[in-house]
Amino acid sequence: MDFTVDPATRAFEHSVAELLAGYLTPGLRRRVHDTGTHHDWPLHRAIAAQGWLAAALPVDLGGQGRGPDQLAALFRQLELHAAPYDGVANAMMLGFILGHLGTAWQRQAVLGPILAGDAIPCLGYSEPGAGSDVAAAATSAVRDGEGWVISGQKMFTSLAEEASWAFVLTRTNTEVPKHRGLTFFLVPMDAEGVSVTPVRTLSGKRTNITFYDGVRVDDRWRVGEVDGGWQVMLVALSFERGVAGGVSDIAGLYNDTVGYLMDAANAGGPSLLDVPSVRARLARVAIDKEVADLLGARAAWAAAAGMPRQEGAEAKLFGTEAYGRAASQLLDVLGPLGLLTADSAAAPAGGAIEHASRYAPILTVAGGTSEIQKNLIAERTLGLPRGR
Amino acid sequence: VNLDLSDEQAAVDALFRSFFHRECPPATVRAAEGLGFDPGLWARLRDTGAPAIAIPETSGGGGGGLFDATLLTEAAGAHLAPVPIVEHVVAARLLCAVGATAALAQALDAGRPVSLALRPAEDTAVLVPAGAVAASVIVRSADHLVLCHGEPPMVAAPNGAGLPVADRCLDPSTVLGDASTLPAYEHAVAEWRLLMAAALIGVAEAALAIGVDYVRERHQFGVPIGSFQAIQHGLAELPGQISGARLLAPRGAWRGDQGDEPGFCRDASMAFVFATELARTVTSRVVHYQGGYGVMQEYDAQLYYRRARGWPAQLGDPDGEVDQLADLLYGPARPR
Repeated sequence: MDFTVDPATRAFEHSVAELLAGYLTPGLRRRVHDTGTHHDWPLHRAIAAQGWLAAALPVDLGGQGRGPDQLAALFRQLELHAAPYDGVANAMMLGFILGHLGTAWQRQAVLGPILAGDAIPCLGYSEPGAGSDVAAAATSAVRDGEGWVISGQKMFTSLAEEASWAFVLTRTNTEVPKHRGLTFFLVPMDAEGVSVTPVRTLSGKRTNITFYDGVRVDDRWRVGEVDGGWQVMLVALSFERGVAGGVSDIAGLYNDTVGYLMDAANAGGPSLLDVPSVRARLARVAIDKEVADLLGARAAWAAAAGMPRQEGAEAKLFGTEAYGRAASQLLDVLGPLGLLTADSAAAPAGGAIEHASRYAPILTVAGGTSEIQKNLIAERTLGLPRGR
Repeated sequence: VNLDLSDEQAAVDALFRSFFHRECPPATVRAAEGLGFDPGLWARLRDTGAPAIAIPETSGGGGGGLFDATLLTEAAGAHLAPVPIVEHVVAARLLCAVGATAALAQALDAGRPVSLALRPAEDTAVLVPAGAVAASVIVRSADHLVLCHGEPPMVAAPNGAGLPVADRCLDPSTVLGDASTLPAYEHAVAEWRLLMAAALIGVAEAALAIGVDYVRERHQFGVPIGSFQAIQHGLAELPGQISGARLLAPRGAWRGDQGDEPGFCRDASMAFVFATELARTVTSRVVHYQGGYGVMQEYDAQLYYRRARGWPAQLGDPDGEVDQLADLLYGPARPR
């Protein structure tokens, strides 16, 4: 074993951190807080200008060909800085898919603007009746001459308010097992019949319900084969593997908290950092933070070595559950000050800790619930019989 | 970064694992419960050179480092080996560090292990790890280190974890070093934390394997109980935690071998706290999922359950360890 970080990865991570520090101003955080939209165009364009939206794409597909370890470093920094990066994640995800599966026209019309940082997509997977069971998607796409007519409803289409296209999972065949009757389409958000209803969530973050009311799209908007949607989903998963989301959020929260307490201690007077019960709770969070970080590194490393198994699931499960524990413990540490939101000038760490307690529940759901991760681990790591 | 064992490390690991697999079946563990020590197993382990692996070749050891030692104690832990390998490795390295050449040579040659007391003592060191069987014991006394030479009692204080713990009198003893050697002693205690963490990781992984085998075989309501999600989810939380511990402890060892003392101390402390809780959690669940059989002495799960609790307790209250970690991370607390 060798824990030395590769110099190229270290340098890359440093340049990401430097860029983020320049953009993440109080004004930006204010805007994100007020709108609930976890996206910022100037930051997004700056990241695009570095070519990082194509970081994961192979060089011969026009990308930077960075390995999973560097990709993980990018997301680690985004999470450590609590950057509003949903648009970056969506752009990278769709960019990766179109880079591998897109037609020449899709690359020119969609991939080009995405990688340039001029446009972002939103992701239309979940439905009222299809969450963890995403292959149960019922939104229909029916052939109509040269094109298709799409009808249905998607839940949790975050960033629909900023996106140019929705990447929509549809049902094109009801006569076959559910995984084999799915097809992906890009639906322009300005197409007739598309509507967006905002939904505010517990943390203040905005998401949306998107409706598709007989939306007509040409066949050129289809991504992958007809009834081949699950294969497209597997390409998407191969992008995510090794970059288990939510693994570094705990480090961001811990750093914010310790930074706040250190500042307060340095200002003189009594400090929470001298209270034994506070120190003990912080130290326990520090352990979880290290473990989450190491598991994230292991997932990236396994993906880079080309032998990924359930490392991503194990990292995601541990990191996001640990975040929930940490958010609760660190909020307790603050006592009544923990009540104050970012709207209060007196809120510790700019309200980051109070916010974390409301953000924690989504981390253990988004990108696959803890229960789905446990099902995967039980079946594939432990070799237990498939249960439900 | 390489998060897998190198070929050389994998070979060492396989060697240790096959040794304990062959030489230390559960029957050996059970037979040694009273004293917590199997002299025959210790002799065979010494013949492999393993106990001296982390001593420089120039001092008569195997020339390996802490990393190799974690592989050794993890393998020993997985088989609940009734040999004080953690204490012996740490005490021998401490003798080496303070330049106690003669005592080290004796420790490597003698048929009996050496150990160290984990808390300072004046007249009698209480419940010394391996105190019942160690030929000599290093004790921190006031502002110096001493080496106790008294005959080991060869009787353990009756305990639930099958440990060879016993009180040791400081008379007769010789002074090993003055106050300048105390940092080396503190470093040795940190090494004990790290190697004990590795042993507890071994306990956790072996106990989990027992639990997984059981729930695949045991049928109720006409199906294996391992097909029930309630049981699956209780077990599925564990592999990631074991994997995390198996990164934290090796990183501590790697940092120690690199001479990164603060990084080593932090990781050792974190790994000890994390692995202590992990081993407890895993063994609790495995005993529980075996139902009534889990508490039958005839079943092996209880062997793991008791050691998961007893081994780390030799150092003290885990919450005290957390406080110690906080001091490393945030500096000492100021008086309020």
